[in-house]
Amino acid sequence: MSSDYEYSDEDVDYYDDEDEDMLSPQDDDSDPSDEEMDMDTFGDDFKVPQRAARKSYEVEHESLPQAAVVKLKAADIEHISGIFGVDASTASLLLRYMNWNKERLIEKYMDNASAVSVAAGISPPPKAPASSSAAGPERSQGTSSGARSAPAPKPEPFVCPICFDDSQTAFSALSCDHRFCAGCWNAYITSKIREEGEHAIRCMAEGCSTIAPDPFIHTALGAGSATRERFNELLVRHFVSSNPNLKYCPYPSCTYTVSCPAAASKSALTTIVPTVICGADATPPHKFCFGCAIDSDHRPVICGVAKMWLKKCRDDSETANWIKSNTKECAKCQSTIEKNGGCNHMTCKKCKHEFCWVCMGPWSEHGTAWYSCNRYDEKAGVDARDAQSRSRVSLERYLHYYNRWANHEQSAKLSLELYNKTEKKMEEMQITSELTWIEVQFMKKAVDEVEKCRMTLKWTYAMAYYLEKSNEKELFEDNQRDLEQAVEELSELLESPIDADAISTLRQKVTDKAVYVSKRNEIMLEDTAKGFLEGRWTWNVSVEGFD
Amino acid sequence: MASVSSRRLRKELSEIHVEGCPCGIKLISADDFETWFFSIEVLGESLYQGEVFNLMFRFDANYPISSPAVQFVVDKDHQAPIHPHVYSNGHICASILGTEWSPVLSVTAVCVTLQSMLASCKAKERPVDNDRYVRTAPDNPKKTRFQYHGETIRSHATQENVS
Repeated sequence: MSSDYEYSDEDVDYYDDEDEDMLSPQDDDSDPSDEEMDMDTFGDDFKVPQRAARKSYEVEHESLPQAAVVKLKAADIEHISGIFGVDASTASLLLRYMNWNKERLIEKYMDNASAVSVAAGISPPPKAPASSSAAGPERSQGTSSGARSAPAPKPEPFVCPICFDDSQTAFSALSCDHRFCAGCWNAYITSKIREEGEHAIRCMAEGCSTIAPDPFIHTALGAGSATRERFNELLVRHFVSSNPNLKYCPYPSCTYTVSCPAAASKSALTTIVPTVICGADATPPHKFCFGCAIDSDHRPVICGVAKMWLKKCRDDSETANWIKSNTKECAKCQSTIEKNGGCNHMTCKKCKHEFCWVCMGPWSEHGTAWYSCNRYDEKAGVDARDAQSRSRVSLERYLHYYNRWANHEQSAKLSLELYNKTEKKMEEMQITSELTWIEVQFMKKAVDEVEKCRMTLKWTYAMAYYLEKSNEKELFEDNQRDLEQAVEELSELLESPIDADAISTLRQKVTDKAVYVSKRNEIMLEDTAKGFLEGRWTWNVSVEGFD
Repeated sequence: MASVSSRRLRKELSEIHVEGCPCGIKLISADDFETWFFSIEVLGESLYQGEVFNLMFRFDANYPISSPAVQFVVDKDHQAPIHPHVYSNGHICASILGTEWSPVLSVTAVCVTLQSMLASCKAKERPVDNDRYVRTAPDNPKKTRFQYHGETIRSHATQENVS
């Protein structure tokens, strides 16, 4: 296998320069457009990355740290508050009511501002004149001390209708003017946030639908309380989950959010696979699909097909299929029987019924014809056999794809193990020979490449299973074959014994092969992605979003 | 810290003693600030003429921020009314005891609401899912997440698995 040098020449110069970042396989090839992969845009600023030569299997996306999401949210609020001439807390309530859909909010608000304000819980329904809709909550949040003192002319003691405490004169109320004491507000708001995770907190009065604006909640909870933090978090969460352009990174305890407007619509998912990487500084990087819940890179196959395939693999349907193809039922007691050898004269172990495996009729009718069934060609027998062989063909077809799919997954794991073993060996060699650490890193790089390509290959089998037979599919499978062959060759090289004398030759071979493999992977991904954009792929089943 | 809930209940109790209960509702016992019993009957024309039911209120420390657990008493002397929103174990499916609860509501307000729920009943029948619900119902009706349909008191129970 190691005689495969056809791709080495052009890359030799590149690989001599071992100072390159060895850990990032994405930067491996000499394609100048690769510079775009640099994740340099993950700061707080929102500049659009310049991806002039984005590859067609990549999707433009941006990773936002928590603070940036908060800023985005504030920008939306500011925008609305500017347009409507309302304060920020009102704008926030309006946006939350409309699930942060600015366009729809503007449209509806322009149409009937007071109705929207009432529905959003900003102003109480009928009594309030329409003009107060915007100024509504200002009353309650005007005083930052939280508990608004009773109006001056009435210094009478205030009895909170909830706790019946009459020793206080301070109370606070939302725009609906239902008055309660600070202690009850605090207990109520805390329980809503802590226990119910609710961010839209209604007035405590029965049947009142006024919603507490943010400043009111902040003062009611007091500065620096954990519940207040939680409330702000709930607001951000609501903002992200309402916004189709945004998604939280699904990795545990990762706080990044990814923005990917290209994959925001369902229809876009029939033409692109939005694999995104969040900005967290993690190894391996947090890579996930923006379009579906599969938490790995399932390129090149689109979300809908990948989901279908995983479901099929999970389903018991194929077990049933196997039973159907490989077993028959005893005509008398219906026990399921697998014939694993011997002649066609069957005796049911359970009920001792003797029958012919071929025609399923009782054996007694066969007389002494032990090894052949003269009733073989009867219509019922032929039909039964046809049905069975059809189901067998479909099972075989599935298994063909499934075995290859599972094999690549397994091999990817094994090659990592191999790498760990090899790494130890290399560490020893580092001590015994003159090689530097950097020089023995080629193995790691190659293993990374193999793993990456095996993931691609894995998903190409899921795709091929559903592809309708056509010339396009043949081209797809040609690419698949080329990639697979290259990967297997590289894999084999990685297994070859390492000794100090031959290490430079081995290194050359491995690095050359890795470059070739990376190129094949590129072609596979690129061509499949282009195929989606051009609508080249046709399916043998109905796939969501395709006609 | 029992302050708010007990102060509030003390106040409600003294109001009951001073002003009395609404017609048809009688306080049976309120020995502590955890469990109270009332009797309730529907006065005037109704399907429940002459029937008297007992109601049990259970309060936790978060009352009145959280709703009381209210159910009809079912024992050898008492039965739950036959009503489309009352299960045979006494559990009541009423939205004011769940999502529509407001801290300004009081014990007597709940009694009055339940009284009018009975008064407006058109047919004496159990909820459709009575058997299924009663078999698996938790002891405390507040652990059931009821689904309220249509009018404020319509409902069917869905069991929430509290493990």
